Amino acid sequence: MNKLLQWVDERLPVVDAFERHMSKYYAPKNFNVWYVFGVLSMLVLVNQLLTGIWLTMMYTPTAEGAFASVEYIMRDVEYGWLLRYMHSTGASMFFLVVYLHMFRGLMYGSYQKPRELIWVFGMAIYLILMAEAFMGYVLPWGQMSYWGAQVIINLFSAIPGIGEDLALWIRGDYLISGATLNRFFALHVVAMPMVLIGLVILHILALHEVGSNNPDGIDIKKNKDADGKPKDGIPFHPYYTVHDLVPIAVFLAVFAIVVFYFPEMGGYFIEKPNFQEADPLQTPDHIAPVWYFTPFYAMLRAITFNLLGLSSQFWGVVVMGAAVAILFVLPWLDRSPVRSMRYKGWFSRGALALFAVSFVMLGYLGAEPATPIKTMLAQLGTAIYFGYFILMPFYTRMESTKPVPERVTTK
Amino acid sequence: MKQLLTIILVMCMPVVALAAGGGGGNLDSMEPDLSDQASLQRGAQLFTNNCMGCHSAEYSRYKRVAKDLGIPKELYEKNLIFTDARFGELMNIAMPEEQAASWFGTAPPDLTLTARVNGPDWLYSYLRAFYKDESRPHGVNNAVFDNVGMPHVMVNQGGLCAEPPHLGQEPEVDPSTGEVVGDKICDDWAIEGSMEPEEFDRAMYDLTNFLVYLGEPALMDRKRIGVYVLIFIGVFFIFAYLLNREYWKDIH
Repeated sequence: MNKLLQWVDERLPVVDAFERHMSKYYAPKNFNVWYVFGVLSMLVLVNQLLTGIWLTMMYTPTAEGAFASVEYIMRDVEYGWLLRYMHSTGASMFFLVVYLHMFRGLMYGSYQKPRELIWVFGMAIYLILMAEAFMGYVLPWGQMSYWGAQVIINLFSAIPGIGEDLALWIRGDYLISGATLNRFFALHVVAMPMVLIGLVILHILALHEVGSNNPDGIDIKKNKDADGKPKDGIPFHPYYTVHDLVPIAVFLAVFAIVVFYFPEMGGYFIEKPNFQEADPLQTPDHIAPVWYFTPFYAMLRAITFNLLGLSSQFWGVVVMGAAVAILFVLPWLDRSPVRSMRYKGWFSRGALALFAVSFVMLGYLGAEPATPIKTMLAQLGTAIYFGYFILMPFYTRMESTKPVPERVTTK
Repeated sequence: MKQLLTIILVMCMPVVALAAGGGGGNLDSMEPDLSDQASLQRGAQLFTNNCMGCHSAEYSRYKRVAKDLGIPKELYEKNLIFTDARFGELMNIAMPEEQAASWFGTAPPDLTLTARVNGPDWLYSYLRAFYKDESRPHGVNNAVFDNVGMPHVMVNQGGLCAEPPHLGQEPEVDPSTGEVVGDKICDDWAIEGSMEPEEFDRAMYDLTNFLVYLGEPALMDRKRIGVYVLIFIGVFFIFAYLLNREYWKDIH
C-alpha cells in the first residue's frame, strides 16, 4: 500500500495536496456551529449529484413522457421514491444551508479583505444554484413546473426592445413546450452541474490560499509559533473532519425526517399543483415559486409603479436582478475596521438584524397572494434589503467599534 | 452542547414551517389509515366498480395494487379488471377522452394522484357532498365542488340530499332540549339510499383511504423504513460524538 502511494506520489502530488488542504491546513480552533454549513452544502451537493445521476437513468425528458416517467420512478422503480424525495428535499435543504452559510459570512465579515474572491465565487455559486433549481423544478412537468417557468421566463420579455425575442430564444418556442423542457434538461443535468463543481473548487482553493476567517474575525496567521504554525490554528484533518461528523449526523437526521415523513413539507418543498400534469390551457389559482425564491419574487412584485416611461414589470425585473447583483459587491461596501459582529458597533448589528428579519418577511410575502397591505410590506422589505447594502459604507465607518483581542476567544 | 442545541433548532425550521400549513373551509376531516388492509380492499372494490367506468388510474398498475393490498392474482383478475388489460398493465380505461368530454362537459380526470392534489379531507367531503339541483344537467350539484360535471354515481347507495349537505360541523348537545344536534350530514333526503348514512360514510372513508394509497404507494413503506434509517443515524451520532470528544480533549 505504501509502495503504491509512493509510486503515485512520484507522478502526481497526492500527498502534497492532502497536506495542503487537509492535514496541514490550519483552521482557527474557535469555529462555532455556524461554520458547519459549508461542509453541509458540500454534502448536499454530493447528494444531489448522486441521486440526480440515478434519476436521469429513469427520467424521460419529453413533454409527453416527463410527468409519467416521474410517477414511474415513484411507483415502478425499486426505491425510486427514495431517490426522488432525496433529490427534491436536497434542493430545498441546499438553499437552507447556503442561506445560513451566507448569513455566517455576513455576521463574521468573512467577505472582507483578503477574502473578497471567496465571497464573489460564493455568490456565483448561489446564482448558478438558483438557475439549476429553477430548471430542475420544470423537469417533473407538473402544473407548477409549467406555470412557474411561464411566469419567470416572461419576466425577460419586460426588457424594452429585445425582451420578446430574448424570451422566445430562451423558451425555444412561443410558449413553454417540449423544446423548453429538453434544453432545461440538458442545462440542469450537464451544463449547470459542471459550472457548479468548477465554482466550488475555486471557492475552496481561494479559501485555502488565504485561510479561514473565524467568529472573532482575527487573522490567525499573525500569531505563529516557532514552527511557523498559527498558534490559534489546528489541522483541519483530523480535528475538523471529526468535529463536523456530529452536526452532519444531526443534519442527516433532519434530512431523513423530511424525506421519510414530510417529503412535500406541507406544499413548501413540493407544491400540490405539481401532482397535476402540465396543462397549457389551465392556469392554477395561485402561482407561487418554491420557498427559496420567494424573497426575490416579493421584491419583483413590490414594484407596482411605472417610472421614466418604462413599465413597472421592467423595473420589477431590474430590482430583482439588482437584489442578486448587489451581493457581489458587498466586500467593497463594508468599510469597518473590524470583521466580526462581536466587535462591530450597534449600527451594524441592528442593520444585520433588520436585514435578516426583512428577508424572512419577504420570503413569506412572496409565497402569498398580493394584497394592498402585503404589497406595502414588500415595498418596505425591499427598501430595507437595499438600504442594508447601500448605507453600509456610511454606517460601518460612522460607528465606534470595540477593540479586537490579540488571540481568538474560546468558551 | 449549546452549539448542538442551536444547530438542532436551526435545522428544525422547515418542520415548524410545516406546522403552519393551512386547512380548507367547510370540510369533514379524514385520517387515512394505510395499515387497515380490509378498508383498502373495500376501497379498491368501490373504486373499480364505481369510478373506473370513467376515471383511469393511468400511472398505477393492477399488479402493484393487488400485491400491496394482499389480493390474490386470480381473485383480482376475475373481479377487479373489467377491460382486456393484463395483470401487469397500467390501470387505463376504455372510454375515449373526446367523447367523455362531450358527455360531461369536461373529460373525467385521471385519479391516480387526486389525493395528492386535493388531500383526503377534500375527497372524503366531496364524495358525500352531492345534493339535488335541477338547474344542473345531471340534476345534482356538489357542496364542495360547485357546478361539478360529474353525476352522483353512488346515488342508489348513498341517497341524494335535497339541500347542500352540512360539512365540517361538530356534533353538540343542545342545552335546552338535551338532544344531539349537528351530527347529521343531511336533514332532508330527496332520494333515500340503500345504505344508512353512517354506512355510506364508512364506504366513502374506505374509498378515500384507497385513493390516498393510490396517490403514493410508497407511503406503505417509507414511514417504516424511516424508523430504521433514524435509528442508524442515532447510533452514528453517538459514535461521532464520542470520537469528537476524544480528539478534542487536548484542544483548549
